[in-house]
Amino acid sequence: MAHFELDASGLLCPMPVIRTQDRVEELDSGDTLEVVCSDPGALNDVSAWCRINGHKLIDARQEDEQVIIKLQVLR
Amino acid sequence: MTRQIKAVSLISGGLDSLLATRVVMGQGVHVEGINFFTGFCVEGHTHAIRKKDRAKPKRNNALWVAEQLGIKLHIIDVIEEYKDVLINPKHGYGANMNPCHDCKTFMVSKALEWIEKNDFDFIITGEVVGQRPMSQRKDTMPVIARESGAGERLLRPLCAQHLPETLPEQKGWVKREQLHDFHGRSRKPQMALAKEYGFEDYAQPAGGCCFLTDANYSKKLVDLWDARGNREYEMDDIMLLKVGRHIRPAQNFKLIIAREEGEVNFMQGYRNRFISMKTTSHSGPLVLVDGQPSEQDLQLAARITARYSKGKEASEVELEVCRPVEDAVQMKVKPLPVSEMPEAWFV
Ligand code: SF4
Repeated sequence: MAHFELDASGLLCPMPVIRTQDRVEELDSGDTLEVVCSDPGALNDVSAWCRINGHKLIDARQEDEQVIIKLQVLR
Repeated sequence: MTRQIKAVSLISGGLDSLLATRVVMGQGVHVEGINFFTGFCVEGHTHAIRKKDRAKPKRNNALWVAEQLGIKLHIIDVIEEYKDVLINPKHGYGANMNPCHDCKTFMVSKALEWIEKNDFDFIITGEVVGQRPMSQRKDTMPVIARESGAGERLLRPLCAQHLPETLPEQKGWVKREQLHDFHGRSRKPQMALAKEYGFEDYAQPAGGCCFLTDANYSKKLVDLWDARGNREYEMDDIMLLKVGRHIRPAQNFKLIIAREEGEVNFMQGYRNRFISMKTTSHSGPLVLVDGQPSEQDLQLAARITARYSKGKEASEVELEVCRPVEDAVQMKVKPLPVSEMPEAWFV
C-alpha cells in the first residue's frame, strides 16, 4: 500500500477524470491517490468517477481555487 | 457454469444511450460504459470557463448516466486520433463542421478495439433510425456497422427491430422481441420508456453531443483553418474557440477579446503563449492576439482593444502589450471607431 499524488491543475474536465483513471489503472488495490485540480467541476466529476468505478472516496474538498480529492484504489 | 455475457455501451450522456444501455442490462447482460473525449464535447468546459455558468449545477452527463445505471464508465482520450476524422471525413460534414457519420464509425471502431482487448462480447449504441439526417438513416446504419469493423457485434437496442438481426440476438444473449422499434425524430417513445424505468432529470442536448454541431463554433474553426492555410489544430486552439469575441482584421492575425471575468481568468493561462493586451488608463478586457502580426498590425490590434475598453470614447487610451517572455511595452492609441470595423472582421 503506497500513497501517490497527481497534479491535474490547469486541466479542464473531463481531463482530470481521464488522468485520474489512467493513474489508478497503474496502481494496486489499497494504494491511495491524492488528485489536485483547478477546474471546480472536478469536485463532482472525479468523485462520481470514483464512486461508479468502485473505489473508495476518502475526501473531496474545495480549498480556494483548488479541488483536492483523495481516494483509495479498490479492485 | 455459463459465461457471463458482457457488452460495452457508448455513453454520450444523453437519454438515448441511457435507455439503450438499460434495455440490455434488463436482459441480464453485464454492461460497462465507454465515453470518448474528442476535445469538442459539450461537457464541462464552458461551464468551467464562464462565470455566469458556474452557478448552474454542473455535472458530466456521461458520468451521471453511468451512476444512474450503476455501471462502470471508461472515458477515453481520443483527441489526437480524432483529428483525422474531423479533417478528412470520408462521408463529409453535417449542417456544420460535424462529421457525424465518420465520427460514429470511429467511435464504434474504438469500442471494438476495447471489447477485443477486454474480452467483451458486443457493442451497444443508442442510435435510432431516422433520428438525425446524416448518421442515423436506415441506409447509413449498416454502413457504420460495416466500416467500423463491428458488423454483427453492434446492437442498437432502441431500433433493433427495424434492422437485420445481430450476433447477440442470433446467439440468444438478448431477445429481439424485448428490443425496440423506435424510429424518426419524435422523442415521445424515449420519454415514455424513461418514465417506465423511472429516469428523471436526464440531459436532452438539442443539436448533438459536441461543439461541431454549433454554427458559430464551426465558423470560427473554419476561419482558423482558412487563415492558417491548413487544417491542423491543437487542443489550445479548439479551447480558445470556445471563449471570447473573435475579430480578424487580416489573415495573419486575430484578436480574442474576453467578454467576462470567467473568460479573463481562463485566458490568463494563455498569456505565456500569445501576445496579450490590456488597457491601463481605463478598465477593459484581456485580449489575446493569435497569429503573426506585424508592428503595424499590433497598432491596429491596440486600437481595437481600446475600442472594447471603458475608454472607447476617449481621444487616447493607454495600454500594455506583453509578448511571451518579454517585458510589457506601453502604448498610447486612439480607439478605433466602430464605423471603421467592417462586419467581415467579426468571426
Ligand atoms: S455531434 Fe459531434 S460527437 Fe456527436 S456524432 Fe456528431 S460529430 Fe460525433
